[in-house]
Amino acid sequence: MTETVVIAEIVKGAVHPTTAELITAANALGSQPVVVVPCADASLADGAAKFTGVAGILAAKSDVFSDYDAAGWAAALDAVTPAGIIITSASPQSKDLAARLAARRGISVVQDVVKIESGNLTSPIYSGKAMQTVSLSGNAVVSVRPNVFDASGNDGSANVSVVDTSGDVATAVQEFMARASNRLDVAEANIIISGGRGMGNPENFSHLEAIADTLGAAVGASRAAVDTWDEIPHSMQVGQTGKTVNPNLYIAVGISGAIQHLAGMRSSKYIVAINKDADAPIFQHADYGIVATWEEALPILQSTLSAMMA
Amino acid sequence: MANIIVLVKQVPDTNARIVLSGERVDLSAVKKVMSPYDEFAVETALQHREASGGEVTAITVGAAGADKVLKDAKAIGVDHIVRIDCDDNLDSNALQSMLASVVSSLEADVVYCGKSAADTGAGSTGPGLAERLGWASVSNTISVAFGDQLSVITPSSGGNARVNVPLPAVISCDKGDIKVRKPNVKGIMQAKRAQVDVQSVEVPASTISIVTHSMPPAKPAGKSYEGGAAAAEVAQLLRDEANVI
Repeated sequence: MTETVVIAEIVKGAVHPTTAELITAANALGSQPVVVVPCADASLADGAAKFTGVAGILAAKSDVFSDYDAAGWAAALDAVTPAGIIITSASPQSKDLAARLAARRGISVVQDVVKIESGNLTSPIYSGKAMQTVSLSGNAVVSVRPNVFDASGNDGSANVSVVDTSGDVATAVQEFMARASNRLDVAEANIIISGGRGMGNPENFSHLEAIADTLGAAVGASRAAVDTWDEIPHSMQVGQTGKTVNPNLYIAVGISGAIQHLAGMRSSKYIVAINKDADAPIFQHADYGIVATWEEALPILQSTLSAMMA
Repeated sequence: MANIIVLVKQVPDTNARIVLSGERVDLSAVKKVMSPYDEFAVETALQHREASGGEVTAITVGAAGADKVLKDAKAIGVDHIVRIDCDDNLDSNALQSMLASVVSSLEADVVYCGKSAADTGAGSTGPGLAERLGWASVSNTISVAFGDQLSVITPSSGGNARVNVPLPAVISCDKGDIKVRKPNVKGIMQAKRAQVDVQSVEVPASTISIVTHSMPPAKPAGKSYEGGAAAAEVAQLLRDEANVI
């Protein structure tokens, strides 16, 4: 049987729920994983004890884990992580860690896995225009896309063992610059509402922001919108030269669905498209398509959602 | 004076349609370009040279057809171009081992690369190379300032972090607010005459093999509506049917 290890996904000092999906991925490889929790305070690992389908929880405790440094994290995790196939989330930070950890062990890394079948791993290539299935001979580090695998159960009570570890930190965070608003970044959000050039002008993105705030969502944009309006920063861009996102819900407003944009969001669990052009390619990828101008649709969407969330 | 390396990769044009021939993608009819994020890496490398003096070497891995991406980098302004000769499909371990061997022999101070290549989208090469060299690394940088150390800005939960990076280091570049320069006529002429330094490096065996390529699963047709009033029904379905809000 293949030994597997899950590196718990840590977001804002807590074990992120996506960790339960990583456990399901490990189970799909045929084993119950040890879940390694990188932490500065071992109590953080209690957040993983509830997951079912695991062999045990290992709290890897070190000051290294206070701020993210790829070299320090890889060294400190390598020192205490058992041999086997190591599974991480495919978040930007964890993909970076996965690559570093694999290189440290002299093994290969397979990123962005969306399917595991008979030990073979499938990932999107060419930004989702095709899929690649690979087989492993030997151990590897595997990053798994969020919101693809079902979560493992959370009524377990696994044993947590604590082990001290350390690593040399190479970089130093000088300053943290919080975003002006509390709104999430598209890379972090489970719900995203994006606008394209069909929004007419950048001021109209305020209508998207209002809905985003109702839903606790992030606001994204198409490349056309980012390139056209200086007010829409590249950090909002979803697509092949922006961010690749996998939210539970993606709402595209005034976005035609150019191949570059589809590449960044087509693996979203549910897609809603609002566009006045019934022939826009985005509708071929939408679970719910509304042919209408944003001026017609957004006020109704806003008021309905506000009532539902109240 | 800094010895600067930039890694570049030739990939299918991002506007190209990808087709299959049997169980493999068929790229024979597809135009090849420099991976978009590598353009930001080249620009950053050139800015580093302008700030501190020194020379920029562009490296790619591939067969002779990959010389084109090196010539493109030369036309934009890099000093030296190196191709690590290899026609095989490499896994990350094999690729990074080859790069580490050549980067070590060049005694570089810093390596810039794109945050990911437009074909695999993996983003493994920068951090993996850094680990093999025992260097610092930061990925997805949106700004780089040059000095004895680098000061980079990279996304961090809830915002951005300004991070000091000691050299040597590998920096994987996102777009940020970088505007890339275009080649001028003189650069294009120089690139035509430029010699590619072709190097051969021993490759470890790959432990990852491609089983098959396939098209993404087709999505079942969704529900469609006419007129903005339908937004109310869709909102309700998002809760009752999709369970996402």
